[in-house]
Amino acid sequence: MAHGAGGRATQTLIEAVFLDAFRNPLLEPLEDGAVIQVPAFTAPGGACARLAFTTDSYVVSPLFFPGGDIGDLAVNGTVNDLAVCGARPLYLSAGFVLEEGFPVEDLRRVAASMARAAAAAGVAIVTGDTKVVQRGKADGCYVTTAGVGLLDRDTRLGVARARPGDAVLVSGPIGEHGVTIMLARGELDIEADVTSDTAPLNGLITALLQATGAVRCLRDATRGGVATILNEIARASDVAVVVDEDAVPVRPDVRGACELLGIDPLYVACEGRVVVVVAGEAAEEALAALRGHPLGAGAAIIGRVAADPPSLVLLRTAFGGTRIVDVLVGDPLPRIC
Amino acid sequence: MQGVGFRPFVYGLATRLGLAGLVGNDERGVFIEVEGGGALVEAFLAALAADPPPLAVIERISTGPAAVTGRRDFVIAPSPAPDLPRGLPWADRRALVSPDVATCDACLCDVADPAGRRYGYAFTNCTCCGPRFTIVRDVPYDRANTTMAGFRMCPDCAREYHDPADRRFHAQPVCCPACGPRLRLLLPGGGEERGDPLEESVRLLRRGRVLAVKGLGGFHLAALAGDETAVAALRARKHREDKPFAVMAGGLAEARLLCEVSAAEERLLTGPARPVVLLRRLDAAGVAPSATPSATPSVAPSVAPSVAPGNRWLGVLLPYTPLHHLLLRALAEPIVLTSGNVSDEPIVHRDEEVRERLGGVADAFLTHDRPIHVRTDDSVVRVFRGRALPIRRSRGYAPHPLPLAGGAPRPVLACGAELKHTFCLARDDRAFVSQHIGDLENHETLRSFTEGVTHFMRLFDVVPEVIAHDLHPDYLSTKYALDWILERDADLVGVQHHHAHVASCLADNGVAGPVIGVAFDGLGYGLDGTLWGGEFLVADLAGFERAGHLATVPMPGGAAAIRQPWRMAAAYLDLAYEGDVPGDLGVVRRNARRWGVVTAMARRGVNAPRTSSAGRLFDAVAALVGTRDEITYEGQAAVELEQIADLRVDDAYACPLISGEGPFTASFTASFTVPGVDLVRAAADDLRSGTPREVVAARFHNTLAHVVADGCDHLRETTGLSAVALSGGVFQNLLLLDRAVTLLEERRFTVLTHHHVPPNDGGVSLGQAAVAAARDRPADPG
Ligand SMILES: [Fe+3]
Ligand SMILES: [Mg+2]
Ligand SMILES: [Zn+2]
Ligand SMILES: [Zn+2]
Repeated sequence: MAHGAGGRATQTLIEAVFLDAFRNPLLEPLEDGAVIQVPAFTAPGGACARLAFTTDSYVVSPLFFPGGDIGDLAVNGTVNDLAVCGARPLYLSAGFVLEEGFPVEDLRRVAASMARAAAAAGVAIVTGDTKVVQRGKADGCYVTTAGVGLLDRDTRLGVARARPGDAVLVSGPIGEHGVTIMLARGELDIEADVTSDTAPLNGLITALLQATGAVRCLRDATRGGVATILNEIARASDVAVVVDEDAVPVRPDVRGACELLGIDPLYVACEGRVVVVVAGEAAEEALAALRGHPLGAGAAIIGRVAADPPSLVLLRTAFGGTRIVDVLVGDPLPRIC
Repeated sequence: MQGVGFRPFVYGLATRLGLAGLVGNDERGVFIEVEGGGALVEAFLAALAADPPPLAVIERISTGPAAVTGRRDFVIAPSPAPDLPRGLPWADRRALVSPDVATCDACLCDVADPAGRRYGYAFTNCTCCGPRFTIVRDVPYDRANTTMAGFRMCPDCAREYHDPADRRFHAQPVCCPACGPRLRLLLPGGGEERGDPLEESVRLLRRGRVLAVKGLGGFHLAALAGDETAVAALRARKHREDKPFAVMAGGLAEARLLCEVSAAEERLLTGPARPVVLLRRLDAAGVAPSATPSATPSVAPSVAPSVAPGNRWLGVLLPYTPLHHLLLRALAEPIVLTSGNVSDEPIVHRDEEVRERLGGVADAFLTHDRPIHVRTDDSVVRVFRGRALPIRRSRGYAPHPLPLAGGAPRPVLACGAELKHTFCLARDDRAFVSQHIGDLENHETLRSFTEGVTHFMRLFDVVPEVIAHDLHPDYLSTKYALDWILERDADLVGVQHHHAHVASCLADNGVAGPVIGVAFDGLGYGLDGTLWGGEFLVADLAGFERAGHLATVPMPGGAAAIRQPWRMAAAYLDLAYEGDVPGDLGVVRRNARRWGVVTAMARRGVNAPRTSSAGRLFDAVAALVGTRDEITYEGQAAVELEQIADLRVDDAYACPLISGEGPFTASFTASFTVPGVDLVRAAADDLRSGTPREVVAARFHNTLAHVVADGCDHLRETTGLSAVALSGGVFQNLLLLDRAVTLLEERRFTVLTHHHVPPNDGGVSLGQAAVAAARDRPADPG
């Protein structure tokens, strides 16, 4: 197709402002983290050590929610961004912006939760910063974490590496974090047994990368959900990603809440789920490796990569139709006339 | 237009009168030279004007004297068209591809003539009829550039093709049983039915089987219309719960056994385009929407309950290919004929796909070896006050150009909307609106769109320099437009959805405005980021002002509120009763479990975009009166509300406009809002006092008609305008349209409605093209 209507022209704020201002080869792929060759550190065998480096800011309301809080979210998020680069996360920094009057008790809870998450992920929080702003200038507490990790293996991962014939997997049921947050705001009286999926994925990813060398791409499906990640892969790799609607794991309570709220679980954020693209012949191996880890027990093969139509994500519906799963430009607005 | 049999007609006429001369065509049109006695020439001219071939459209005849040559014969000058090289001036190529044309009477006689060589032949055609747009691969329109290229003419057909006096002179798809396409009856498993395909097909249909039948623009699914079991099976397999099916009747007489047919409806039914015409049913079978289809013995000639449940109207079409004629004649009873697809998929048109995609639906496939190049669905029209009101403009109409008043200084591609999609290419004073493409979020449909644009650009030799698009950022057509300019040089023009609706109505009527435009539809992206759809615009082609609108309300759940109209009832009632909604309302009781959550979403704005949509107001009232809480096809709740309305009721609720900046006013330019909340409260109170829902439904329609007229009155006072254009999908509702037009005309407004493109989003591309062209004209302001 001359024009795929893939919306390539719809630039994000990041591309329009920051990529333009900071442009360099390490930033350009816009992956979850940057992988840096560090000549000063030489790995055993004389090869250049490869370092992964990432940062993320966390604003979430409410700060405490079923299954987690802003603290473990901030640690797990940065750990996961390193892990999906194929790195072993090592050290984190933590920056806090606190609103004047934020209860110290709450701050202690956040810190304790960060410590627990760091211990679980096997990383150390080695530096930090705290600023207090006037009442009303912030919403309680914001956390920024940065992290570094080492790439032990020669694995090359990236959103541009998907090839026709590859399989697409998710490491577990989707949408739990986003739905939990919506419900935790307490505005709606929805009965649903849902907790956030926030978790450190480095152990799971290590198990996966040990099991197969055929992984092409790993992404944690945070903002914009699985749909947005798959679109990034389809565009960067110039391939089609075809997803089977029936194969996408969604817990019944999440599905029920999504139906009530009128949202599509494919677009809902996860904080402990990784999307995996792996060579087709290694799909079962990868699935077994994921399912062998407690955090990947609900993993599933959800689709495959095809050559045509390039840059589009298609959902094969129960009736055998193919619906286009597009990136949404803004808040989801109905398109029906 | 080529392929309408005009030159053979002139040849025949002149020869009968004994005139000498010639007929030919050039870039200006047809030219004729005749030589002979004065009275004969007069007779010739009179006959030319009085009785041209059915497909020929004579815009103007100009005459003048010519030198006497002394020749004795009459000839058809060779047409330059087939030899035209690429890149010729526009005028030579623009009108070369005609829409598909229903089988003409002369060809029907050929098919029925046991002594003729085309007796019973399903692919008979001539210059007056047959496939055109659906088989054309490229221009010039020549057999080699159609899907007939693979069929070598036999000597008999070649003789007809080359004989200027023959009806089949230069009929590109000419063929016969010796040289043309053949029918086959395939079985889902992979085998082929032996024996006569037509006879076997008839046998299968009579046994209550579902048959896939290859038509002009795609495969249809057919079943006996009187056989409830067969129709119900078709519904279940197609996953089409409620949307009415169309019925093909053998002829006009058979159609009259099912429905009332007015003179205008008869003209449409029997005309060359052969659309599905929505006709008033004679039986009352469908009138109660909640009645579950029962296996009541079907009294011929009524149709089975599942054909169009809950509908006073029935979509009827007459045979338009010899195959349809042969099938219907052999069956001697009507069949359901519906798009060959599952659920909302586009209609299947490729032979390679039919087994895979329709294998679960059809028991057999009546197909043939003439490929379909362009998927084209059946067109659908209603008749309003003696004129066509298109619902879907497709087979038989596309790609016939529509005049574009004022013209386009630079070629325009208008990318259309999202659902019921069409696109439009405009150049000079012509607009080529595509066939109905479908809903773009479907990948097959998106492909039809992108490939269709390329196809139209080649057919009509248009390279767009202006790309018009909707403002909705997530429409795939918008993204297509934005992507276009990454690769090619062109200017982008964003056109607000409801401005495009009003402009399409202006273009449809060949006027430029300014007018008071009333655009009532489901949803369209507004300038303020809310979803519009109950709009009063003061507009011309180049620009508009939002002068009034329905007060905005939340849509709790976004798209879920469209699928579940009861959510709109909840949003409206919660506002109408300020949270204290009477618990005795049926819609509250039926949805009690979710009522609290959904109203909380509405109040707190949790996934509850705001809308001024008239379609959503229809949804709210439909759910309120209990016709429907959840829909299975677009617009269903409003369709059913129209069906149950008691037509004898002519009073209305009070719904005075709120002048100036009302509490719900979302726009600075609007001078009034319409409090839909008051209307819903009035309907709810009426219902609670025991008024039958049929009466409430009628009063609701009447109130909206008054709202339209009152809004226009208000704007006439401030603007002095007295012309009103009615557009948007809501105006497919004949009850509302009729009552609104009646009131407006009583108040001495001039009312414009749609006649050539649909008021729904199928017309949006024409409106976008008209707006983009107007903005491109230096003389126009804006
Ligand atoms: Fe619309
Ligand atoms: Mg990140
Ligand atoms: Zn004919
Ligand atoms: Zn022949």
